[in-house]
Amino acid sequence: MPPLTITLPSDREIQITRSFAAPADLVFDCWTVPALIQRWLGPADWVFTHCEFDARVGGKWRFVTRGPDGFEMASGGEVLEITRPTWIKTTELYDMDWTGGETINTNRITEQNGVTTSVVTILYASKEARDGARATPMAEGMEMGFKRLDELLADMPAS
Amino acid sequence: MPASPSQLDLTFAALADPTRRAILARLAEGDTTVNELVEPFNMSQPAISKHLKVLEAAGLVSRRQEAQRRPVHIEAAPLAEAVGWLENYRKFWEKSYQRLDGLLAELQSMTPKSDRKN
Repeated sequence: MPPLTITLPSDREIQITRSFAAPADLVFDCWTVPALIQRWLGPADWVFTHCEFDARVGGKWRFVTRGPDGFEMASGGEVLEITRPTWIKTTELYDMDWTGGETINTNRITEQNGVTTSVVTILYASKEARDGARATPMAEGMEMGFKRLDELLADMPAS
Repeated sequence: MPASPSQLDLTFAALADPTRRAILARLAEGDTTVNELVEPFNMSQPAISKHLKVLEAAGLVSRRQEAQRRPVHIEAAPLAEAVGWLENYRKFWEKSYQRLDGLLAELQSMTPKSDRKN
């Protein structure tokens, strides 16, 4: 599978594209069934302490995860649109509002020749919210220096 | 010092053009002059200068006056900021998706294809 790509389709969005060697219905289930979501989503070393996802229009979802130092992070929202196995649209708001207001998250899932591609698009309340959502300290960016620059540039929208 | 959102905008706008990305890749190898960029890029000097002006306005390159030449120099800080910003997202998603790869393989080994409903 090719590595994931991250692009900025507009000044309020971030888009993450990745392909999987699995059929679309399995990928969809991994995004919408709490028992499966808990197995993969989130930063390394963080564990779910609560995971609900009511996979129908108007259904509520809520994730609470705990980091290695005991810090808990929670977010939740509502399912706006859902069509198995191709489309998920939800709202999301962190309890501590890391993202400068609610985001609207969509996930377009398409299968071709046994390979399923998931295109996640996160729409922020404003350009400032999107740009402010970054949390990486400057030091980390500097340390990476130009090593990953080629990779980043390859992901940039083609003008 | 974290860059302001407007700095990040300038950086991304400047990076959105493939020629400017190629110029930066060349400059990452060392300072050069406008004339030295004309030949490999097969572009006119005014066209190269125009791209350099955009990069300069975004703070991605700087130019200093030497005796007979004005070499172009790549500025690391705004680029590092842009890289760090997206890198945070990349790490989060790539690590999650690697676990998802494993889960999907496990689910498929448990469920014969013919039994699955689409």
